[in-house]
Amino acid sequence: MEVGQMQRQWLDYTRSLFIEGFLDGQFLQLEQLQDDNNPDFVVEVVSLFFQDSHKLLNDLTIALDQKSVDFKKIDAHVHQLKGSSSSIGAQRVKNCCIAFRNFCEEQNTDACLKCLHQVKQECCLVKNKLETLFRLEQQIMAAGGSIPMMELSF
Amino acid sequence: MGMAATESQQFHVLAVDDSLIDRKLIERLLRTSSYQVTTVDSGTKALEFLGLRENHDGTPNTPSVSPNNHQEVEVNMVITDYCMPGMTGYDLLKKIKESSSLRNIPVVIMSSENVPSRISRCLEEGAEEFFLKPVRLSDLNRLKPHIMKRSKLKDEDQKQQVIPEKIENLLEVQKQHQPQEEAQPQPPLEQQQQNNNNSNKRKSMEQSLSPEPTDRTRPRYSGIATVV
Repeated sequence: MEVGQMQRQWLDYTRSLFIEGFLDGQFLQLEQLQDDNNPDFVVEVVSLFFQDSHKLLNDLTIALDQKSVDFKKIDAHVHQLKGSSSSIGAQRVKNCCIAFRNFCEEQNTDACLKCLHQVKQECCLVKNKLETLFRLEQQIMAAGGSIPMMELSF
Repeated sequence: MGMAATESQQFHVLAVDDSLIDRKLIERLLRTSSYQVTTVDSGTKALEFLGLRENHDGTPNTPSVSPNNHQEVEVNMVITDYCMPGMTGYDLLKKIKESSSLRNIPVVIMSSENVPSRISRCLEEGAEEFFLKPVRLSDLNRLKPHIMKRSKLKDEDQKQQVIPEKIENLLEVQKQHQPQEEAQPQPPLEQQQQNNNNSNKRKSMEQSLSPEPTDRTRPRYSGIATVV
């Protein structure tokens, strides 16, 4: 596949991620902060997010499994996950966290468990999507091309 | 950011956030905007960096610096997250404003939550700005006037007099003739224009705060409408 085709593929894929709500404008902000002096900025931040979320999801699983559920603790974890997902533009994860926090306030264990399941799924989904995206980028760069600048015009 | 080419000064910003991701982000944002950056993960570490150490009984020590220097390392602005374990951003703000050596350093608060009472509390305690997270490059353009103002003050006046207070006094005199006018210094036109291009984050806060009359304890937060 030649560079132009790969770039179009990248553009289509990126666009779909926005349309389907996996990513929001904050992700574009991250891309804007990447430059020749910081060429891996987006990948680095996204990697940090997945490390962070992996740990938080584990902690949440354990916390919800307790006989006596500590909703304050759970809320604190979800608040953190909401913050970091918001910071990288992972919109669907963030929205899950918002719902999750509401159920924490209601101290509704069942609903919280459902939310946990959902947020795990969303993290998994967006991780796969972003890995695909980064792979595409690597292929473009390897072929000597550059990554197009994405603008949110829809 | 267009001013960067003509500036020879490099301003140093201390960024405080317990989230590693947010620290990385704010660092990149600030560096892209040509600031020197130091990041720390807690209010306690921030105060240490600023040269203000607490004694074990909790009373603050005087900074171990010469009277001509304000702290061990020159910091032109502090930007801090609000929600942090232990010392919150608000606590940090208070400590800075209560310190005779640090109180002139502009402080900006960041928060992921848009809570009007939180915002007004911070502004009343002396925060220059309140940013909703995630912070964007365009938000950082609002920092320049605050840093420049303080920098100019330090050059012009060795004593710790703050010029806005002088202006306030002048306006007080004017106020006697025009009782309707607010006792607030007018920001320069350029700044007003900049503030008119506010994001909706600011607007949401303004909407919740606008019914209140302004008073003298409210700081020079030029984003709030200057009409009565």
